[in-house]
Amino acid sequence: MDRDHSLTRRHVLRALGAGAAFGSATFRAIAADTITLPFANGQRPLAQYPQKRPLIVVTARPPQLETPFEVFNDSVVTPNDAFFVRYHLAGIPTSIEVDTYRINVKGKVSTPLSLSIADLKQMEAVEYYAVNQCSGNSRGFFEPRVAGGQLANGAMGNAKWRGVTLKSVLAKAGVQNGARQVKFDGLDTPVLPATPDFVKAIDVDHALDGEVMLAYAMNDADLPMLNGYPVRLIVPGWYGTYWVKHLTEITVLDGVLNDFWMATAYRIPDNTCACVPPGTAPATTVPIGRFDVRSFVTSVRDGGTVPAGKPFTLRGLAFDGGFGIRDVAVSADGGKTWTSAALGRELGKYSFREWQMTATLPAGTHDIKVRAVNSIGQSQPGEPLWNPAGYMRNVVETTRVNAV
Amino acid sequence: MHSTRVAAIIVAAISLVAGAVPVAALKIELPPESTTLRQGAGSDLAMRQCMTCHSADYVAIQPPGKPLAFWKAEVEKMKKVYGAPIPDAEIDPIAQYLTREYGDGK
Repeated sequence: MDRDHSLTRRHVLRALGAGAAFGSATFRAIAADTITLPFANGQRPLAQYPQKRPLIVVTARPPQLETPFEVFNDSVVTPNDAFFVRYHLAGIPTSIEVDTYRINVKGKVSTPLSLSIADLKQMEAVEYYAVNQCSGNSRGFFEPRVAGGQLANGAMGNAKWRGVTLKSVLAKAGVQNGARQVKFDGLDTPVLPATPDFVKAIDVDHALDGEVMLAYAMNDADLPMLNGYPVRLIVPGWYGTYWVKHLTEITVLDGVLNDFWMATAYRIPDNTCACVPPGTAPATTVPIGRFDVRSFVTSVRDGGTVPAGKPFTLRGLAFDGGFGIRDVAVSADGGKTWTSAALGRELGKYSFREWQMTATLPAGTHDIKVRAVNSIGQSQPGEPLWNPAGYMRNVVETTRVNAV
Repeated sequence: MHSTRVAAIIVAAISLVAGAVPVAALKIELPPESTTLRQGAGSDLAMRQCMTCHSADYVAIQPPGKPLAFWKAEVEKMKKVYGAPIPDAEIDPIAQYLTREYGDGK
């Protein structure tokens, strides 16, 4: 019995609805119901946070919300109100005045800048679809289990982001010779002064690639507060740790950022698999970077039912770190034989890619496996890889179905 | 934590009517925390030291059946890495409480 997940229907808070007062909008929270994720100690409350539909509560403070997996079968684009939430530090902004909000660009630049949202919206806009995924997405499936946010597969989402390129912002400021990295800070702060503030950096060449974006719109709307309103960094193809929310400071550095969040946290084994034998520690590590390749069945859940002896449609999604999905193969016999699925419309190399195929299965239990390959030949391991922080899980997923 | 709570109260006091018009400011109210640490020897100490920075569910969701070494490493990480002002003498009692209530019980 789980005494700590006491959030049930009897604790439901009825919201009075979104409120607006003095030119501002207030969104309240509602809580209801529970869900059990498919690993030990996987009971979670579902709760409706501001601007969100009911999502899986990983932790309340700081807010960490996981997307229920059914959402990924509804659409290749994840709705804003279903998009996962992950904060590290409990000092999060709950009220932001957009007119006074500024993004300061400083450090090794010729002209320091203080940009308003209006300033950004007057610059040339760019727009693309990109998946955001938590480094620890699927951590709850690691064996042996590891400490951290115990997530199933819902700490990911695909949205259409609109904003300005970091390159164009840095061009306005003029990056000086000798620049090595660009660091990013947002409004979230630690509770204790002794806790390292959440600040991240990427190399200057990456910052100037013309793709990294300061996004002020998500799926044609303002970003929800909990996803980084009014502006967050988009680092397409890279794990969400770099996608700094409520972005307020961009600092060009002539060195390498060695704060806790770069030098200690979010590091992976320094080898091609980012893995070590289960239960061991890596000798050397590097900062986490691009997504590996992943693919999922979305149209039927593990343990679900499909019709026996007649064709039915299997559907799902795949994505990678930005090289583009080349092929998705599906096996309905536990991995003995594989068939390429039909790929859906391409929404760009950083987007989820839908796949589907028609299958006919005899009555009984079947293990459906799905395996994607990207345009540079990267794929997914048949057995799970392990690392101590529980990052980058991308095993070939198995969905056991019962044909009746 | 404190500023969040205060903000929620202020916003609750002034939020009046429904509307979805373009806004010059965005305010949200986070839901109240619904979980607490399990009662037991050491729970008061753990509440005082752990709940400053995060909610109780951060403890409760961790993998079940982990040994004292797992929980002690977590408490030490909170002190050394995240700057939690936990006196050395309180590390073992907190780790033992966590192991008893959320770990392998040994």
